[in-house]
Amino acid sequence: MNLNWNYIYESLPLYGEAMWLTVKLAFWAILFSLIVGLVASILQHYQVKGVQTVITAYIELSRNTPLLVQLFFLYYGLPKIGIYMSEMSCAIVGLTFLGGSYMAEAFRSGIEAVPRGQIESGLSIGLSRLQLARHVVMPQAFAISIPSLGANAIFLLKETSVVGAISLMDLTNLTRDLIGMFYRTEESLLLLVAAYLVLILPLSFLLSWLERKVRYAEFGD
Amino acid sequence: MQSLGIEVLFQGSNFMRLLGGLLVTIEIAFTSIFIGTALGLLMGLLRTLKSWPLRFILRFYLEAFRIIPILVWLYVAYFIFTPMLRVDIGGELTAVLVFSLWGAAEMGDIVRGALESLPKHQLESGKALGLKAGQIYRYILIPQAVRRMLPGTINLATRMIKTTSLVVLIGVIEVVKVGQQIIELGVIKAPNASIWVYGFIFILFFLVCYPLSRLSRKFERRWQS
Repeated sequence: MNLNWNYIYESLPLYGEAMWLTVKLAFWAILFSLIVGLVASILQHYQVKGVQTVITAYIELSRNTPLLVQLFFLYYGLPKIGIYMSEMSCAIVGLTFLGGSYMAEAFRSGIEAVPRGQIESGLSIGLSRLQLARHVVMPQAFAISIPSLGANAIFLLKETSVVGAISLMDLTNLTRDLIGMFYRTEESLLLLVAAYLVLILPLSFLLSWLERKVRYAEFGD
Repeated sequence: MQSLGIEVLFQGSNFMRLLGGLLVTIEIAFTSIFIGTALGLLMGLLRTLKSWPLRFILRFYLEAFRIIPILVWLYVAYFIFTPMLRVDIGGELTAVLVFSLWGAAEMGDIVRGALESLPKHQLESGKALGLKAGQIYRYILIPQAVRRMLPGTINLATRMIKTTSLVVLIGVIEVVKVGQQIIELGVIKAPNASIWVYGFIFILFFLVCYPLSRLSRKFERRWQS
């Protein structure tokens, strides 16, 4: 393979821009997914009537359909009934719709994993349900959920690669464009793979470090 | 009264064409699941062996798929391997190739996890009875590991079916592409087609994946207790 380094050097700013877009998208998607997931898992845990069915339906719909189709529906379908969103909002809404259910499942399994004895001890010293959630259940549930929350964050970051389908200039879409314009296939793809490595490897190391840190908070062991 | 536009799904052969597109999606997904599972079983067995170079290489192979998005691998295969080999294997085969390799990596991890989760005395009792390594795997470890693998394997299958929707981006004519064709054809006559067509495709994917998720959860619950 004979790489044209000059071409690589000249494309760097474009890849930088695309990476920034990916980071922005992933940031908002992860943040909103965490919020949606937290709210959904709490509502589900306290078995709020009526809401529960809605949440279960949401989780099943979101987990059993591909992001690409969700995005097409949001971007090309919804304007037909008068709901217009920019590409960026569509992507963030789509990613949140997808990520929210994954985060909810992660929180739920964290909440379920808090030992029964913890809750009973809390009740026996006279904590209210709110205090119990705030001081006993949630901190532990959060620590237990960290690994799966982290895995979901990386999953969402990777899923942003699909947003090119609704004409956002992310890394994959840029690469496709550049290949079409300059036929520098090897160089463009090398930059693409390198860009994802630069984004995801540090995140993955950060998460495993964080995972070790919060383990200290766990009860027992 | 203004028409809703849902008729577009049933005009001409549109309905059957969409189902035909879904069939292509399912074909790609299931071929890849089949090949990926077969390769993954082997890979999982290899990953339990105590050879560190082998472990390192297979771990590296898995992480490569975990870190780089599948769409990127599709592009790499589509834009590099095919021209390099100088044969046009087309988008469909490219997709099967990439998904099979990815499936093998993930399946390998599921198999390894299942084998390593078995209590150590199972292996030791087998040895004490004088069974050979092959017999231990054949009669003791694999039958027990299969139960533990099942929920993960079905989950992987639904993930692969969902990911198959990406093949439209490398030019395969499957359900999403057929949907786009129907929408483009009806730009004037059925301007609202896109919401119905994409809504319908959304439901189609759900109908394929939901039963599998249910099945996986059922197995998970049954074997947990």
